[in-house]
Amino acid sequence: MTAPRLSIEALSAISLRDGDRPILRRVTLAVGTGEVHGLVGESGAGKSTIAKAVLGIIPSQVKVTGGRIDFEGRDLLALSAAASRDVLGRDIALVPQDPSTALNPSRRIDAQMTDGLRLKRGLSMKDARLRARALLEEVQIRDPDRVLVSYPHQLSGGMRQRVLIAAAFGLEPKLVIADEPTTALDVTVQKQILRLIRSLQERHGTSVLFVSHDLGVVAKICDRVTVLYMGKVVEQGATADVLGAPHHAYTKALLAANPRYDRPDTGLEPTPPDVIAALRAEIAAFDANAGTGARHG
Amino acid sequence: MEHWSPTTIIDESPPPPSVAVRLARDPKVACAGGFILFLIVLAIAAPLIAPKDPLAQDLLMTTVPPAGFADAAPGFLLGTDGLGRDVLSRVIFGTRVSLTVAFVAAGLACLIGSLLGLLAGFFGHFVDTLISRLVDIWMAFPPVLLSILLVALLGTGLHSVIIAIVVIDWTRFCRVVRTETMGQAQMDYVVAARTIGFARPAILFREILPNVVPVLIALLTLEMGIAVVVEAILSFVGLSVSSDTPTWGGMVAEGRQIVHEAWWVLAAPLVALFATVVAFNQLGDGLARSLDPVLRR
Amino acid sequence: MLLAIVVNRLAMALVTLAGVAVVVFVLLRVVPGDPVAMMISPGAGPADIAALKAHYGLDTPLLTQFWIWIRGVVTGDFGTSITLHVYVTDVLASRLPATIELALLALIVAVIVGGGIAIAGTLMRRTPGEAAIDGLNSILLAVPDFIWALALVLIFAVALPILPLTGRIDPALAQGFATRFYLAESILTGRFAVAANIASHMIMPTLALALPLAAVIVRLLKQSLKEAMTQDYVLLARIKGFRELHLVLHEALRNAVGPTLALTGVQFTFLVGGTVIVERIFAYPGIGNLAIDAVINRDFPLIQGLVLLFGLIFILINIGVDLSVAALNPRLRHG
Repeated sequence: MTAPRLSIEALSAISLRDGDRPILRRVTLAVGTGEVHGLVGESGAGKSTIAKAVLGIIPSQVKVTGGRIDFEGRDLLALSAAASRDVLGRDIALVPQDPSTALNPSRRIDAQMTDGLRLKRGLSMKDARLRARALLEEVQIRDPDRVLVSYPHQLSGGMRQRVLIAAAFGLEPKLVIADEPTTALDVTVQKQILRLIRSLQERHGTSVLFVSHDLGVVAKICDRVTVLYMGKVVEQGATADVLGAPHHAYTKALLAANPRYDRPDTGLEPTPPDVIAALRAEIAAFDANAGTGARHG
Repeated sequence: MEHWSPTTIIDESPPPPSVAVRLARDPKVACAGGFILFLIVLAIAAPLIAPKDPLAQDLLMTTVPPAGFADAAPGFLLGTDGLGRDVLSRVIFGTRVSLTVAFVAAGLACLIGSLLGLLAGFFGHFVDTLISRLVDIWMAFPPVLLSILLVALLGTGLHSVIIAIVVIDWTRFCRVVRTETMGQAQMDYVVAARTIGFARPAILFREILPNVVPVLIALLTLEMGIAVVVEAILSFVGLSVSSDTPTWGGMVAEGRQIVHEAWWVLAAPLVALFATVVAFNQLGDGLARSLDPVLRR
Repeated sequence: MLLAIVVNRLAMALVTLAGVAVVVFVLLRVVPGDPVAMMISPGAGPADIAALKAHYGLDTPLLTQFWIWIRGVVTGDFGTSITLHVYVTDVLASRLPATIELALLALIVAVIVGGGIAIAGTLMRRTPGEAAIDGLNSILLAVPDFIWALALVLIFAVALPILPLTGRIDPALAQGFATRFYLAESILTGRFAVAANIASHMIMPTLALALPLAAVIVRLLKQSLKEAMTQDYVLLARIKGFRELHLVLHEALRNAVGPTLALTGVQFTFLVGGTVIVERIFAYPGIGNLAIDAVINRDFPLIQGLVLLFGLIFILINIGVDLSVAALNPRLRHG
């Protein structure tokens, strides 16, 4: 069994603004080489915080209180600013959530795609541009030359997301964080984008940490899944196992709450109150064990 | 439990400003307000506070340095000018002219400008076009040149200075009030008032004006600072009150001529001007910030 | 698209200038103060006064005077200066270059100083350094060019007497110039010693004019930059591994410049207006200094010419700003 690419060990964090409310409670997960790992949970569960911790962009009001993020033998949390800049972009990349704000409105697409390549791979402007063009073709953009000289406002949302995916994978990183990459897109476009990510990932052997609140999307693309509730891992394992035969009551409730398009007779069911009560008790027990200084709100 | 902190400071949108930014608690604004009150006291009680007669010449005691320098004379705290007059007393008396101009000129400019702005914004169409055209033409004149021109034509004297300032700066108020009025006039409560049958002038003064007043007060304070400077410039060029009455601008003009022999004659009124202008500016700024939530940063 | 803006503005400009012309013309003749009376010798009789008046056309009806003047203006003849006895166009042409050099130099200094401090402040955000910049800047924002000029006089006349206080150039060096653009010409022709001399004369008036504008730029540009730095595209660029300075200059700056540019343009017109008093304080031979003399001496043709010239400059600056703002916005350029 080879060592995982990314290993998050007992990561804990609190919110300084909220009176030290815990955001992450000893989260542990591992993403192997070439694996697509889903990180699922409702809004506020802490998924984004984990992604930001890996990327080294935790906001100033959040404080990491413990744990380790192991990537290629180094602890990402302990890196200096310079070392962190070194790793980012070259070995870790991001596919962001909102394509309409993630691209600089005043810069052309070719400039935004080539700057990373020139910085991290040392390519000349000419080579970087050729590579960018090839990348656009890889993400199935039909007239890459036109797109390269366009500004973001001239492209559709789906096109922009393809550009962002191309830019992320184009640097041949070892790990890509996909932060709800399909949430801001139309349903029809979502499927294409998912397929695209999967094919790129397989071709380049990239590991992907796929953050989402949508179980349906996760089921389609992820090899393994971690289910998060209020910053605590409640279930973890291969997708087929976790979603097909869930153990934890919360996972079951999540599945029940997901509308299934192939079974139109099932309605949306809210999480049963006894499940929530049980969850709260679980969290409370965890916090009590975690030691002094952690208050739960 | 060990603590880790991330190494980069990440940006997110600034938190909304706390609601309790009250004027009196802001130290800069309180200072500014206090200073202006101090100036008002000086102006009113000048004969009681000034150590010497500002017009009394003593040709045996010309260009005496201020206290603390070599050759200083007792009783002349800030030294004397080329005609042996006490600099400190002249600076104190100078507040009378400066503050009179500040309050009267700024007040009148505000009144006239606001009135025209209200009319333009409320009645629109022809009235608006006429007034706006007038404002455009007005703003094509260099302000200093226009003020000098006007005073030269109207003859020297405080009234000319005041008229000149009013004539030049009414446009500032007109523009702001016009925009505010136009915005307010579209609002539902005005339309409703008209439907019920309120006469137009009534709507103008009872509904719209109160909403415009806060911005106006802030602008008025700023304008007072500007008026003080304009008066000083006009005095400097010799076009303000008669040369007997001490003005800061006049003192500056004289000081400029003898700066190598008696630098304090320039320095004293300059510092007074600087402090006064900064005070009005800080006050106006503070008012603007606390009255208009959009401007808060 | 851009052409439409230019045409529109030029049309409005003509209307405005026409209005300016009318206003100043009427103002001068309607208000008391007789230029002729200032020119004649004390012993002259009414016949001499009448003759002078006739010579300058001041005895004809207002409308006739205006018509004659407008006819002249349209053909490029602005009349003759009453005090200087030369064509108004000639004297304006000879003094304008000095003011243009001063104003442009001040603009460049303001942009460099203001922009630099704004960028530094953005890099220092959320540190005490930024608070210090903000505090100092908010006080200095209130200081007009008039006060800066005099403060500079105090510093460099009394404390550090290293700069010349008046004039534009050492009279001994003012030879052999083809144009009146002394600074530009001396630099372009390699006469650096002369250029240095001119520069030493221009430092103080330039600073007096530039510093108020710089303060405005610092406030607005820093605010825009800080806001741009919170955007997602900056975050994404940061994740690509770029350093802070690169993010500010290459990602944030081009999005932050727009509003600053617009305001800088407006403030630049104030700067040009400020040359009137700053040139006076430093006895700098530009059109600002000329204007004060013209007004004090009631030199009607010269005053009219100067007012129209200033008006034209303001309008051109405004058009320039409108064009620049439009050009910077990719949405307007590429639909």
